[in-house]
Amino acid sequence: MSSIQNRRQEYRSLFKQNVAKRLLVDKIVRIIVFSCVIIAIIPLGSILVEVFKNGITAISIEFLTETPGSVGSGEGGIGPAIQGTLIIIGLSSLIGVPIGVMSGIFLSEYGDNKLARSVRFFNDVFMEFPSIILGIFAFLIIVLVLGHFSVWAGAFALSLIMFPIVARTTEESLKMVPTTYREAGTALGLTKWIITFRIVISAAKSGMVTGILLSVSRIGGETAPLIMTILGSSQFFSSMDTPMDALPLRIWRLSLLPYDSAQLQGWGAALVLIMIILGINLGVRYYFANKKNTFFRNLIKQRKNVIK
Amino acid sequence: MSKVNLNLKKRKVISDKIFKIGATAAGTYVLVVVVLIAFQLVSESYPVWEEEGLSFITKTDWNAVEGRESFGALPYILGTLTTSAIAMMIGVPLSIGIAMFISDAPPKIGAPLGFLVELLAAVPSVIYGLWGLFVFRIYFRDWFETPIHDAFGDNIWLFSGNPYGLDILTASVILAIMIIPTVSAVSREIMKAVPQQQKEAAYMLGATKWEMFKLAIFPYSKTGLIGASILGLGRAVGETMAVTMLIGNATGIGAIPSSLFGPSQTMSSIIANEFVEASPASIHMPALIGIGLILLLIAIVINVIAHLLVTKMLKIKEGAINN
Repeated sequence: MSSIQNRRQEYRSLFKQNVAKRLLVDKIVRIIVFSCVIIAIIPLGSILVEVFKNGITAISIEFLTETPGSVGSGEGGIGPAIQGTLIIIGLSSLIGVPIGVMSGIFLSEYGDNKLARSVRFFNDVFMEFPSIILGIFAFLIIVLVLGHFSVWAGAFALSLIMFPIVARTTEESLKMVPTTYREAGTALGLTKWIITFRIVISAAKSGMVTGILLSVSRIGGETAPLIMTILGSSQFFSSMDTPMDALPLRIWRLSLLPYDSAQLQGWGAALVLIMIILGINLGVRYYFANKKNTFFRNLIKQRKNVIK
Repeated sequence: MSKVNLNLKKRKVISDKIFKIGATAAGTYVLVVVVLIAFQLVSESYPVWEEEGLSFITKTDWNAVEGRESFGALPYILGTLTTSAIAMMIGVPLSIGIAMFISDAPPKIGAPLGFLVELLAAVPSVIYGLWGLFVFRIYFRDWFETPIHDAFGDNIWLFSGNPYGLDILTASVILAIMIIPTVSAVSREIMKAVPQQQKEAAYMLGATKWEMFKLAIFPYSKTGLIGASILGLGRAVGETMAVTMLIGNATGIGAIPSSLFGPSQTMSSIIANEFVEASPASIHMPALIGIGLILLLIAIVINVIAHLLVTKMLKIKEGAINN
């Protein structure tokens, strides 16, 4: 009798030890996991703080509008770089967005065959291509052929980064539109392209705009492909066939100079660039995250009902 | 009357056909571009393969002086592999930790945190470089590299060399930060793909949260998590600007990674550094394009493997839901 009680006692204490150990391990893992999150957030915080702290002292009207002064003087500004970034974003969107949207339409509306599956796969792989290779490609087929650095080459290289992103987001948002919309269009006797453009795309517009803006914010910060295509310059834009400046290039050049004043200007340019890019990013996500709640949730609900 | 209708029908059919052809052409564009890129890189780097043969991959000297040209890609291949490997060692465990936290946290905490981590991906590479060069490098050198070097530098080759901050380790840490958003976002998707019943079953057996991850999530999502990490590797291999600004840019035999605190050079950074100065007439530019070709091949292999693993994993999820 007593031996049973002893054994029970023993098991109980063993069990308690075991549970205590398991709970301890669990707690340690929780702490590790939480510190992972903290460690990842620290660089982001540090980058934002440093860019704002150092950049804000460099910013002035002259800094934003003038051409760079002589090297190391600390005079002048980044006007051509801002202008160049806006030009190159505009031009690459001009090439990249139509191709991306059409490609997305292909994937979602005609995308049930072998060709579409391989296109989808290569789109995903292409999205991860090292961007400097796209720069070399644009250099080889445009700069080398024309014999001079060209703005078009830069825009072409960036459009290559842009279109897979646009294509995939377009595909995803078009797929969200219920099939009943398309059936309704067909019942009205409309042709497929009118159905696609007038009904499907207008229903999926906000998702597509999100994708386009995110791809714009992505290419706005790209540097590597621009090195060998638009090269960088200290003058305002003059023609498509001469080198042009862009903010990421300007930051790179400034960071290589051994002067404190250049470093300060580099931070100033970084502040402008990060404002543009994080501005687009945050704006898009905030605006469409709210919109999504009403619009897309309804769409998904409808789609589910249809499936039922 | 019937004639009019017939014309209308015909017109419809033709416009639809044009639309379909246009969409298909745009879709096929990516295939054409991939083939064109491969073709261009092969044909434009042909002189260097002709001159150096396959020894281009195994040689270590790098000399662009006229008359004494000699190019070998090995140091840069090794530099890329070393920095990417260290970046993976630091970045992947961190990302999986983040994914665990976010996939398990209530959406009110998880969503903004996930968003913050993804903002890391939106910061341009060149700004990482600027921050690394003027902020991170200083602290890292004074607080981490110098003490480690003073303590172990004489005995362990890994920590020899002169800690200056422009070295393999600094570049790798920056790379690790840059791959975190990709790896953690994909890992999160993968962990979400584990059927809810599995988790519930683990809890029902009395598992703690960690045991639930160990029993239910990791065995199920192993393939996908490996895919996510390889996706991060693909990012790290191609990353250019931040690495170029922080790796110290040695060339030739000096670029072979010898210690964590020594300078090196990666494939993408040597292209960024020398491409514009290289003359298309000499063999210098073909050599750089040849390095680009090797980089492209490595990137394609890595990304294809990663996508196969990840999509396979997410397909299992769809199958599980439909059943």
